[in-house]
Amino acid sequence: MNKLMGKTYRLMLMLIILIAGVMAERTGLVEYLSDPYEYPVIIELLVQHLYIVAISMTFATIIGLGAGIILTRKRFRRYAGICMYIVGLGQTIPSLAVLAIAMSFLGIGLKPAIFALSIYSILPIARNTLAGITAVPTSFIDAARGMGMTPLKILFEVELPNAMKVIITGFRIALIINIGTAALSYLIGAGGLGDLIFTGISLMQTEKLLAGAIPITLMALIADGLADFMGYILISKGLRLSG
Amino acid sequence: MSTIQFIIDNYAQVLFLSWEHIWIVGLALMIATVIGVPLGIFITGHKNLASRVLNGANILMTIPSIALFGIMLPILALVNLGLGKVPAVIALVLYSQLPIIRNTYTAIKNVPGPLVDAARGMGMNRWELLKEVQIPLATPIIIAGLRTAAVMNIGIAAIAVYIGSGGLGVYIQQGIDRVYPEMIMSGAILVSLLAIIVDGFMAMLERLATPEGIKLQRNILR
Repeated sequence: MNKLMGKTYRLMLMLIILIAGVMAERTGLVEYLSDPYEYPVIIELLVQHLYIVAISMTFATIIGLGAGIILTRKRFRRYAGICMYIVGLGQTIPSLAVLAIAMSFLGIGLKPAIFALSIYSILPIARNTLAGITAVPTSFIDAARGMGMTPLKILFEVELPNAMKVIITGFRIALIINIGTAALSYLIGAGGLGDLIFTGISLMQTEKLLAGAIPITLMALIADGLADFMGYILISKGLRLSG
Repeated sequence: MSTIQFIIDNYAQVLFLSWEHIWIVGLALMIATVIGVPLGIFITGHKNLASRVLNGANILMTIPSIALFGIMLPILALVNLGLGKVPAVIALVLYSQLPIIRNTYTAIKNVPGPLVDAARGMGMNRWELLKEVQIPLATPIIIAGLRTAAVMNIGIAAIAVYIGSGGLGVYIQQGIDRVYPEMIMSGAILVSLLAIIVDGFMAMLERLATPEGIKLQRNILR
């Protein structure tokens, strides 16, 4: 039964790849991609897309981690509830709206896009950092304090490693949302692969549309795998075994 | 202030677009529930299938929304449905699958074993067990999944305006094109407001769907 299911699964996968290949040929995607005047443009847009994602994710990770850590310190802990409520509300704002609002304040171009994407990606990272550190059992921290660790040492050697799994989940969510939203940043003039998608929709040019949509999808899937890999490196072995 | 003025001036259109937005999201959510909940229940009995279905739904969720619209467009264009409300609803249904299936699956899995054993001992068959014990206990968690899906879908439906679905995204789209900040702001505010209201409504539904016994138990434990 199980063997049969595995076989059907593989067969279906092959069939899907076959159909996708035929579709790619029929819609002219292959021709479009091999056009010597077109593929440098696609690569340029891809690099632009990666650039937007990389810069905004760097900002978001630094700020999000920082905010999460500060909010779990003793002095600021009582503000954590209210801050998380605001973050929760912020997350209901659609990504397109965040980009559009950034445009109406900062104008068009790369700057508002990076700003909006950073702000939007901070939310999941900060929330998960906070949740992760809060979930570290108090007994661990007490034990660390009893061993004479300074607060900074407790943070880096007890709290962060124990919270790392949750933090990386937040990072993964932020990264995937970021890649998808960066596609929309074309609308406020920042370029990226969204250029191909929106132009393709407007002109009903399927090959152009797919040349944008497929790399973005692959990028998101690769980013998902990358986050897994990061978890493998950053989460300490003992925790990985227990979890 | 001028944003509020804009909304007041165009209240008829605002109402119409909000209704359109709610309609798209609501329809998608209904279809997604009809597909997702039975699927979630079905895979609780098949462990191998469960991991595959959940993985598949996870991959679907990873695909950025605008890319999904883009990939679906040429496929649906074969049956002349490339643009408009239909592809938008299909995309929203696909995106809702992960939260709904995952929550149904975990909820049914997490029904305590002794309860299931007791029900079986009382002579219930599989269907009765599902109807009388597992589904009532799982309903709050299933509704929590619907809540996640609904809030997410309201945001994605705003993007779907670029494939001609209508809804409140129209204000954002046209506001960007005309560089009309009041229009953008009113679109953004209305969509967010809609998401917050739906979130609150679903939270209420979640509380209502919790069986009395569980509420009592929680109160005692507290």
